[in-house]
Amino acid sequence: MSTVTQQAGPAVPAGPARPLSERRPLGDRTFQIIALASGLLVLVILVLIAVSTTQQSSSWFTTEGWGIFGKTWNPAANQFGALAFIYGTAITSVIALVMAVPVSVGIALLLTEVVPYRWARPIVYVIDLLAVVPSVVWGLWGILVFAPWIQHIYSDIGSAVKGVPVLGALFGPPTSGPSFFTAGIILAFMITPIITSLSREVIATVPAIDKEGAYALGATRMEMITGAVWPHSKGGITGAVLLGLGRAMGETIAAALVIGSSAQITSHLFAPGYNMPAVIANQFGEATGEFRAALIGLGVLLFAFTIIINVIARAIVGRSAEQGTA
Amino acid sequence: MAAITEPQLGPNLQEPTGWRRSKNRIATVLMVLSFVLVIIPLVFVLYTVIAKGISIISWQFLTSPIPPQVAPADEGGIGPAVLGTIEITAIAALMAVPLGILGAIYLNEYGGKGVLARLIGFFSDVMTGVPSIVMGLFLFSIWVLHFGFSGFAGALALACLMLPIVIRSTDEMLKLVPNPLREGSYALGATKARVTITVVLPAAIGGIVSGALLAIARAAGETAPLLFTILTVTAANPNVFSGANTAIPSQIFANATSPYPGAQGRAWGAALTLIAIAFVLMIVARFITARFTRYSR
Repeated sequence: MSTVTQQAGPAVPAGPARPLSERRPLGDRTFQIIALASGLLVLVILVLIAVSTTQQSSSWFTTEGWGIFGKTWNPAANQFGALAFIYGTAITSVIALVMAVPVSVGIALLLTEVVPYRWARPIVYVIDLLAVVPSVVWGLWGILVFAPWIQHIYSDIGSAVKGVPVLGALFGPPTSGPSFFTAGIILAFMITPIITSLSREVIATVPAIDKEGAYALGATRMEMITGAVWPHSKGGITGAVLLGLGRAMGETIAAALVIGSSAQITSHLFAPGYNMPAVIANQFGEATGEFRAALIGLGVLLFAFTIIINVIARAIVGRSAEQGTA
Repeated sequence: MAAITEPQLGPNLQEPTGWRRSKNRIATVLMVLSFVLVIIPLVFVLYTVIAKGISIISWQFLTSPIPPQVAPADEGGIGPAVLGTIEITAIAALMAVPLGILGAIYLNEYGGKGVLARLIGFFSDVMTGVPSIVMGLFLFSIWVLHFGFSGFAGALALACLMLPIVIRSTDEMLKLVPNPLREGSYALGATKARVTITVVLPAAIGGIVSGALLAIARAAGETAPLLFTILTVTAANPNVFSGANTAIPSQIFANATSPYPGAQGRAWGAALTLIAIAFVLMIVARFITARFTRYSR
């Protein structure tokens, strides 16, 4: 009886206070559940991507087995070996990284260690502009303006190194405006903003005391960078480079327009080629049955590669950022 | 105390000489050079798009139907694509922005340092790296195969791309809201939901909106996810929920490999339109950041 009267009279605060979780109004708990569901959506989507695309491409994986890494891609003969596209993705990504990484790290160092703050902002704006140019606009410019222009340079270099060992194999003829190398250059433009901004974040976490210490010992700026900044941020910069690699691998439309659309495995960088996203984009329209399964399967491989790279990169970047703040 | 009479050496504050100085200067020059290397293609691209697009673009170009590719550049326009881009991007934003903000609220206000919140935060970072073409194939597999091509399928694909970007940018902004604001409202007896909605969100709204606008700008320029979801047609289709549709980036992609100068001209006009949309969104975002941001890094 006494418990009933206690509950009925809210004005009399008697007995032990009920735990917070019981007192929370319904609206408050509903809001928490909605927020949690929105957060979980990220995990749900990632799992759904993996499951649904694998399901749609399972016939490619089961019928070809290890043949998915075969050399021949001939839809007319029902042969779907993806090696040429994997090769093309690797080559274009490496070309893009070789060009973008030194430039991006250079700009990041320029922003953090050289220019005063009021100059840094406009430079960041310019880099942001680069990120805002859509992929398809890079592709349009690449195929109609850049590729025809650089074609002459390729053919000059090609005829100069013809017959020279190694150089001839890499840069010799056949040359073509749309090629592995052109795609690599365009990809380099596109991944520079992300590598720059992540490197900058990492470099900004280098403790001021380390840098001041280096200067106090009489180091030049260059020596301070190699002695104080680099040891502290090399892990984070590695992560930034890996994220750039992930972008370069998955970038589709620009590559589809400028890579030359020729499924071949060759050491000639100035020759037309193909990569994974480009072949999916260009051939999906006409694909049915096994052909479509193979193209979606390429997407599954691409998803797997980029997820692995991103997980490693984020783990590295996250760890080095924690070290910086600790 | 006896004064020290040794010759005053003091610190040598002059720049070091010889090879050390040269090395330092070369490094500085290389850093400046890398920025110049980035400006060149940017200026080159923007100049080409503006020079080739400005003579094409007009109100009539933005609203006229899409002609066959053989038509000369001064004929027709990209009206259906403009309509499609506005509809598809708007629907994508209506889905991704609220969900992204709610997700970030979970990460920052509820999850804290818990395992689940860290897992979601980590994988939303990872999700920003999923190639946009994979999102297109994903929506093709779970939506288009069952319900057919539609603008809505494209909007879903763009929403999947935007979601992690919005979560990340909102999360950053919520982290900047000082804790005493929250504690003050709890002390007044407010529930957590009320504190979040009436105190935390308004305090961070400037940054949240500008982050959302940048995500929209990114999504509006995406082509790859649309290829397999809206299927690029030339006829206008105001019904987003059924039937194939078109968008500005898809039209540029279709026209870029066309041998006809008229089609190429329309592609440049469309490219200028697309870049203008992205720049306007970016400038508005900057303005909001400058004007309405209360807490920044």
